[in-house]
Amino acid sequence: MLTQILTAVLVLGCLGFIFGAILSFAAKKFEVHVDPKIEETLELLPGANCGGCGYPGCAGLAEAIVKHGEAVTACPVISAINRAKIEDLLGLNEKPEGEKKPVVKAALVKCNGLDTEEYQKFEYNGVKDCQAAVLLQSGPWKCPHRCMGFGSCEAACPFDAIKIGDHHLPIVDEDKCVACGKCVLACPKQLIEMVDKEQMVHVKCNSTEKGADTRKACKVGCIACGLCKRVCAYDAITIEDNLARIDYEKCVQCGACVAKCPQHTIIMEDKPEFKGRVAVIDKEACIGCTICYKVCKFEAVKGGTPKEKHEITPEKCVGCGMCAEKCPKKCIEMIEK
Amino acid sequence: MTGGLISIFIVAVFIENFVLNQILGICPFIGVSNKLDSAVGMGFAVTFVMVMAGVVTWGIQTFILVPLGLEYLQTISFILVIASLVQFVEMVVRKTAPALYQALGVFLPLITTNCAVLGAALLNIKKGYGLVEAAVNSLGAGIGFFFALILMAGIRERLDTAEVPSAMKGAPITFVTAGLLATAFMGFSGLV
Repeated sequence: MLTQILTAVLVLGCLGFIFGAILSFAAKKFEVHVDPKIEETLELLPGANCGGCGYPGCAGLAEAIVKHGEAVTACPVISAINRAKIEDLLGLNEKPEGEKKPVVKAALVKCNGLDTEEYQKFEYNGVKDCQAAVLLQSGPWKCPHRCMGFGSCEAACPFDAIKIGDHHLPIVDEDKCVACGKCVLACPKQLIEMVDKEQMVHVKCNSTEKGADTRKACKVGCIACGLCKRVCAYDAITIEDNLARIDYEKCVQCGACVAKCPQHTIIMEDKPEFKGRVAVIDKEACIGCTICYKVCKFEAVKGGTPKEKHEITPEKCVGCGMCAEKCPKKCIEMIEK
Repeated sequence: MTGGLISIFIVAVFIENFVLNQILGICPFIGVSNKLDSAVGMGFAVTFVMVMAGVVTWGIQTFILVPLGLEYLQTISFILVIASLVQFVEMVVRKTAPALYQALGVFLPLITTNCAVLGAALLNIKKGYGLVEAAVNSLGAGIGFFFALILMAGIRERLDTAEVPSAMKGAPITFVTAGLLATAFMGFSGLV
């Protein structure tokens, strides 16, 4: 009896031991060396596997970064801190001085339409989804470009950064937005664009209808009057297809167009009360060099003869800030009206 | 001899199909049959492990358990064998064939406790097969599993686009499908 038990225990124990030994030997023999940097990089990546980089998930990108020298910026959503950490880890941050700082983007919704009854074509009681609503007469709003306001972008956002707020318009939380582009694809009206977070001046309209039609359908739509284009000292605004567009490469955010826009379509972010800026010359410091006089495109600077102290005509000044930038004595200040 | 082997194979694949006739290995059959790609991977992995396990367990039974009169240790020692074999195979494949590992990798650990593998090993012994017969029977069982899994995955991919009543969506319609498949396989009985 005892021998039977003993044999059973011994046989099973030996089998287990042998298999264990084989496995531990095999683990050494067949060990696959994985670069620890890949794992560390993977931990620093967002881990949402959104596919924004074009690689199969974050693991794919981590391998590409470490092995094939892919840029960390291939990940559109990584935070600046983690990007710096990865670059530290791989010794990538010996960059030449004076390199342009990377552009951090966020979603911009190009509509500011009102939602009162007079701007509605009909009352929509269907499925609360933009894609569904757009199928019916291309939406319940008079303006064919108006934001549907049912939050398909909100549903698509994996980072909880875009929410439908008041007036059936989405509000973007720029701190949370990582510019992954999911909302851009979700919007049936193509209203969302990824724009540099630093940019504050935006055309909040996407209507390509004729000015008169836009005016009928919306109180704050771009009617392509061209005032913004004329007032821009930096040639940053163009009018295409009855719609003003800002070239963010050229825009210096002076706000001249914001102050001029009769429809209040162009806005200064976070400053709903913005009325434009005006240049003020510090008479004490001015040496009358005439540089400001020469650069002003709006004839707002008085005094063309040398040594004569300059003066600004506030009625003519659009607040473009060109003179303040060029003044060698830095005695011109831009103040908000 | 060859005729006997062929009939063992046919019996294992169709008549005594492990999934649809003996109702073994239902967990991966339901779990991994969502997509055809993963079903193919899983099917290959199971077939591979079944043949290996069938051969090794036959050796353990014939050379260790029977001489020592310890046949009652069959189940536990077979589980031990299968588990370590799967681990071992995973390591070897990972080292020697990374592409194959990518394809099979995720499925291998799943097979460790798959009852179809253990079932095949135990049935080999129960039927008193020799080494070659055991290997063929295991191969047949594996192919049968592969076959059932692929059939199921093909049907389920079509089910995804079909209009299924909401109460039947997901698991219920899958079980009904599996039942109908099993009924269909009953038609093979009496083939050999």
